[in-house]
Amino acid sequence: MSTTTKSPATRPPAAPPPRRRRSSLASSWSGSDLRPALLFVAPATIGFLVFYVWPAIRGTYYSFTDFKVLSAPNWVGTENYQRLVEDELVWNAFGVTLQYVVINIGAQTVISLGLAVLMHRLTRSMMIRGALLMPYLVANVVVALAWFWMLDYQIGIVNVLLDTVGIDRVAFFGDSAWAIPTIAMINVWRHMGYTALLIFAGLQTIPPHLYEAAALDGSGEVRSFFKITMPLLRPVLAMVLVITVTGSFQIFDTVAVTTAGGPVNATRVVYYYIFELAFSRFEFGYASAISVVLFLVLASVAFAQIKLLRAGESDLS
Amino acid sequence: MSRTRYARLVAAAATVPLVLAACSSGGGGASDDAEGGDSIRYWLWDANQLPAYQKCAEAFTEKSGITVNIEQYGWDDYWGSLTNNFVAGNAPDVFTNHLSQYPQFASQGQLLDLNDRVEADGLDLSVYQEGLADLWVDQEGARYGLPKDWDTIAAFYNAEMAKEAGLTEEDMKNLEWNPQDGGTYEDAIAALTVDSNGVRGNEPGFDPDNVEVYGLGLAGSGGAFGQTEWSMYAMSNGFEYANQNPWGTEFNFDSPEFQEAMTWWRSLIDKGYMPSFEIATSGVSIMETYGAGKVAMVTEGSWNTNAYMTLEGVETKLAPTPVGPAGERASLFNGLADSIWVGTKNPDASWEWVKFLGSAECQDIVAAEAVVFPAVQSSLEIATDAFEEKGYDVSAFTIHLEEGTTHLAPIADNWATLNQNVTAAGEQFLSFQRDADVYTEANEQVNALFD
Repeated sequence: MSTTTKSPATRPPAAPPPRRRRSSLASSWSGSDLRPALLFVAPATIGFLVFYVWPAIRGTYYSFTDFKVLSAPNWVGTENYQRLVEDELVWNAFGVTLQYVVINIGAQTVISLGLAVLMHRLTRSMMIRGALLMPYLVANVVVALAWFWMLDYQIGIVNVLLDTVGIDRVAFFGDSAWAIPTIAMINVWRHMGYTALLIFAGLQTIPPHLYEAAALDGSGEVRSFFKITMPLLRPVLAMVLVITVTGSFQIFDTVAVTTAGGPVNATRVVYYYIFELAFSRFEFGYASAISVVLFLVLASVAFAQIKLLRAGESDLS
Repeated sequence: MSRTRYARLVAAAATVPLVLAACSSGGGGASDDAEGGDSIRYWLWDANQLPAYQKCAEAFTEKSGITVNIEQYGWDDYWGSLTNNFVAGNAPDVFTNHLSQYPQFASQGQLLDLNDRVEADGLDLSVYQEGLADLWVDQEGARYGLPKDWDTIAAFYNAEMAKEAGLTEEDMKNLEWNPQDGGTYEDAIAALTVDSNGVRGNEPGFDPDNVEVYGLGLAGSGGAFGQTEWSMYAMSNGFEYANQNPWGTEFNFDSPEFQEAMTWWRSLIDKGYMPSFEIATSGVSIMETYGAGKVAMVTEGSWNTNAYMTLEGVETKLAPTPVGPAGERASLFNGLADSIWVGTKNPDASWEWVKFLGSAECQDIVAAEAVVFPAVQSSLEIATDAFEEKGYDVSAFTIHLEEGTTHLAPIADNWATLNQNVTAAGEQFLSFQRDADVYTEANEQVNALFD
């Protein structure tokens, strides 16, 4: 549409159409579309710069300082990072967080995938789809508190029920072995409907004729699931995993509301430890160093996921 | 001071991104919404006390023409918000301060030294309960607050359950304790404990693994403070927190007096008289468990009197903490004070308000509300009368003042780190992962902080 400035004569006679398309795109960048384009990305970009990039730069700087907030930061080089390597609680925090992520993501992905496939193949009911999303609509803290009450050892309804059925009561939040799985499953409960919906959206991009053809060829539901659904869902699943894994590493609120890192250090996840260091011990420099490490870990995990799952390409088409 | 877990929820949401985002404008700057300069902002954390101080503020405004805007935040949100506001230069002119927190604020130069003003106005500090005013003086002699209330610890028990256990009110008031066999205090706890077959803890056939009602509640390990958890046992056994108080530099968590008391306390779990640490930390809060009749007695601070007394379906009575091996009871004696932020635009008005808060006039008003005990001695009677009018016998708290068995709360530098170390030790100890020697290790780490 936009006229190219290049003279056709300079081109080989059979200029392929893709090239022309590309050149028209290039010219639109320098043309009148640039302004509205910038206008549209500005809100997000400004937010990104002000609330992410700039704090990240400062945080990285603080990680090389001894910073107690109320006095100016003091450059200490890599001292915080050396301390970090020797701090058992940091290793513990990463270990505990990893345990949480494995349980949380493992259970959540399997359950959500199951729910999504059920929704896709069995029901068209908006009621059911809506109901699945319900837990996600409740605030994190409220979910945590509600479960905290229900799982109370002596007066919680879950333990009272266990007791009536004749099973021993469980100290869900108080037992070191149970605390992380409990918190992980609470968040599975909250997020599974939402994750299922994301996967469900991915399922809808798979053309139904593939299933019809498979059915004609005598493929059952199970076989269709593994041979058609899973491969074609891969890019969507990869993106869902990148988002949920990153979110899962950032577990904080449920811990803060229920166990506060205890018993002993059983639930002192990375974010909670950072929070404690910064806001109750004023070690902002050291807390920033741990934040930077967490950032690097998350970035590598996300990168690895995208590469390994080939998120950028689809087997459709 | 109300350290219930719900309060934690407030801290939860927005704080994390701030770790990276924390900005550092460093003190000084725009103050409040002051119009004409005669308005100050005041912060406190206890919602129960808000109405009382609101009344104080009204009386103050009438007297001085200075408007006080009171803002209340939950305990767990309070200190984080305060810090953020120090940084942002937007902290309240005056705020309620706590002994465990003020040293670090003082060392970072955020609090106004009140000495000159106290002197200039010829303020008589002897009107306060003994020792309370001096808690707010640091090692260099600067004064960072005027006391406004005090608290001690007592045993809150379920009157009906005590009656069923054959314990009279008189019995409960005269309990004795020692770290060897627990004395009559342990006997009472045993009698209050009931297993799922209805057998009491002091009867043959008691099943410690299937307890329906625990004789004594457990809130947690108590960290390095143990205010409501273990301080009354350790101190009545001769334990002192540190070589000196305030500003101790060598701590005594390795002393036999402390470790004996702790070992006895933990033995209650083995005996089935007290919930295990796992159970305690998986509970919503000790007050809910007590209110549901699953615990017959708890040790709690005077600031929680109203909360416990108004629990539905439970009749609560108070008993003093038990007499220890040294022949005396013991209770921590803690008090709050009001401090002025160094960055206030209105130091004079702030000082007037602090002075008023610490005066008999305001403390009489607060005392009449029967929520806390006032720091001013002459206001105490008004408070005890007000409590009595509500039908609460609070002599279990005041007995420590009469008998001189109060111990001033420990104040030290590095408290946050110190507390973290001892808390970790205490949680391992209470969950039977380690024995009392874990406190010896923690004590070494703690003492190393002061080298």
